[in-house]
Amino acid sequence: MASHAIEVKNLYKIFGPRGEDYVDVVKKGMGKAELNEKHGHVLGLQDINILMPGGCITVVMGLSGSGKSTLIRHINRLIDPTAGEVLYDGTDVCKMNENDLRQFRRHKTAMVFQKFALLPHRTVLENTVYGLEIQGIERRESEKRARGWIERVGLKGFENHYPNQLSGGMQQRVGLARALTNDADILLMDEAYSALDPLIRMDMQTVLLDLQKELKKTVVFITHDLDEALRLGDKIAILRDGRVVQQGTGQQIVLSPADDYITAFVKEVNRGRVVHVETIMRPLSGNPEGVSLTVGTVLEAAARTMTGAHVATGHVVDENGRAIGAIDLQTIIAAMVTPTSHTDRQAA
Amino acid sequence: MAICSFLPELLCKFPAIDDGTIRMARKSVDDGFKGFVRSYGDAIDAVVQPLQWFLNYLERAFVSSPWILILIIMVAIVYLGSRNVKITVGTALSMVLIGLVGLWNDTMITLAMVTVCTLISIVIGIPIGILMARSDRVQAFVNPILDVMQTMPSFVYLIPVVMIFGIGKVPGLIAVVIYAVPPMIRLTNLGIRLVDKEVLEAADAFGSSAWQKLKNVQMPLALPTIMAGINQTIMMSLAMVVVASMIGVGGLGKNVLQAIANQFFTVGFLNGFALVGIAIIFDRTSQAFGRRLQKHSEVIHG
Repeated sequence: MASHAIEVKNLYKIFGPRGEDYVDVVKKGMGKAELNEKHGHVLGLQDINILMPGGCITVVMGLSGSGKSTLIRHINRLIDPTAGEVLYDGTDVCKMNENDLRQFRRHKTAMVFQKFALLPHRTVLENTVYGLEIQGIERRESEKRARGWIERVGLKGFENHYPNQLSGGMQQRVGLARALTNDADILLMDEAYSALDPLIRMDMQTVLLDLQKELKKTVVFITHDLDEALRLGDKIAILRDGRVVQQGTGQQIVLSPADDYITAFVKEVNRGRVVHVETIMRPLSGNPEGVSLTVGTVLEAAARTMTGAHVATGHVVDENGRAIGAIDLQTIIAAMVTPTSHTDRQAA
Repeated sequence: MAICSFLPELLCKFPAIDDGTIRMARKSVDDGFKGFVRSYGDAIDAVVQPLQWFLNYLERAFVSSPWILILIIMVAIVYLGSRNVKITVGTALSMVLIGLVGLWNDTMITLAMVTVCTLISIVIGIPIGILMARSDRVQAFVNPILDVMQTMPSFVYLIPVVMIFGIGKVPGLIAVVIYAVPPMIRLTNLGIRLVDKEVLEAADAFGSSAWQKLKNVQMPLALPTIMAGINQTIMMSLAMVVVASMIGVGGLGKNVLQAIANQFFTVGFLNGFALVGIAIIFDRTSQAFGRRLQKHSEVIHG
């Protein structure tokens, strides 16, 4: 399936009756607290510029109040921006008329919600066909597709249950099936897993990653959990007080946090699962030794392979099997246990 | 009034508009209204004529059908609505008792009246309730009207109704609907406004049109509240048919009115209890039906 990038450009959102009037003041540097105090308007988002690559999972991370849920609602325009653009396939979502917007929502986007937002009076199957029903697709066809997705998310046999009869994890599977049945390019997940137990959350993350391998949708995933962000995100943007503080791959964020705020965040991260072997390898001197590790292997997996093979050295090979660097167990462990702070980086 | 001797008269005795002016104003309003009735009375009658036919037709159907047929239909409806044996048996018993004391025909007339009034209230009430829920401005406009409808003594609005339509079933019906429709409107409005914002947002996110949102999300989720509104409307129609008997509505209400006038203690109570019987049948059935519609919300995952 063809998937396309979403580009958010210079996006501002100021909540309040006269938001437009204050964009300029905010551009000149007025902060969130000052704006609220002086003008009684709440600064939701300021100067957001994110490119969400097509076919990838982009995670927007931030604590509550950082504006992440506001941001995702701009992509299908459940919230209208005060200024700025959201481009998809060269079209500005923010400038669509009502009808175009409805067609865009029906055919290009699907959304999964934190509190599931299922229709309580409809069964799992009836909930799942909702998007297709809205599009006016024939019932038999839509039911066939819905049943397929219900099975894929592991709810076979529950088609005729009501949401109230299901656990939180199962309800969110229905939410996911409902979104996937829509067969849209863009999948918006607003803290989709935040209400779930840790184990079920892991499980659902695996479901998403497995599906994504084959579907290659443009996924925008909102979370407040850095571990979740690192596990899922091809690209991560960290939001604070309505502003992007850092964006990049998980590895970039863990290895070179942009400020104290992110340093504090990444301190507790299991770096062995984020950092790749090629990041810490030495240049190859002489013949490749020990086990061979493909580019993109995370340190934890590399250490496991090396200890399993009872060797302390290894070499990194690229996709074509060509050796490009050397690595040993000690370096790996050192990289896993030493946190990087942004001050270290500045000193270096 | 000692204190009045120190005060100017204006502050002591309320400066009412003088009697002459009031009389003039009253006369011109009354005459204006009478003139309006004289010139448009026929047109208004023609407009409500279908109501009259419908009412007559239903009443005839209720009264002239064999009692056993009506009883079977009623019991069947109650059972299908409530799926509850206790309510069904109770219905059969109370209808038999009503028949035994000789009130079958009057009860049928009342039943026909209440059925029509409830249907009309629903048909008028739900759309107005929906409009109110969609717009704060409409709500601000309709709410005070509903307040007046609910607090104005019913005898007062019987006056213009009788002036326009004369004595009979249709004016009675209009009086009953004026009294019974406010809860329908209010609870429809409330039900729709209480619908979970998250679910509405989801409907929006999937690209629902306003009509699809109303049909798929708002109405179904507001249904329990709307059912409570229907229940209230039925109860208020039943209460009002007694008052409406003053302007020519037959049935149990008329008997009660006669009993009051002649101090017929037993007749009064028998008819009163017959009304209570019907009220309980309607109430229990509609509530059980409402609960059955909400079946999906009762089974909570353990």
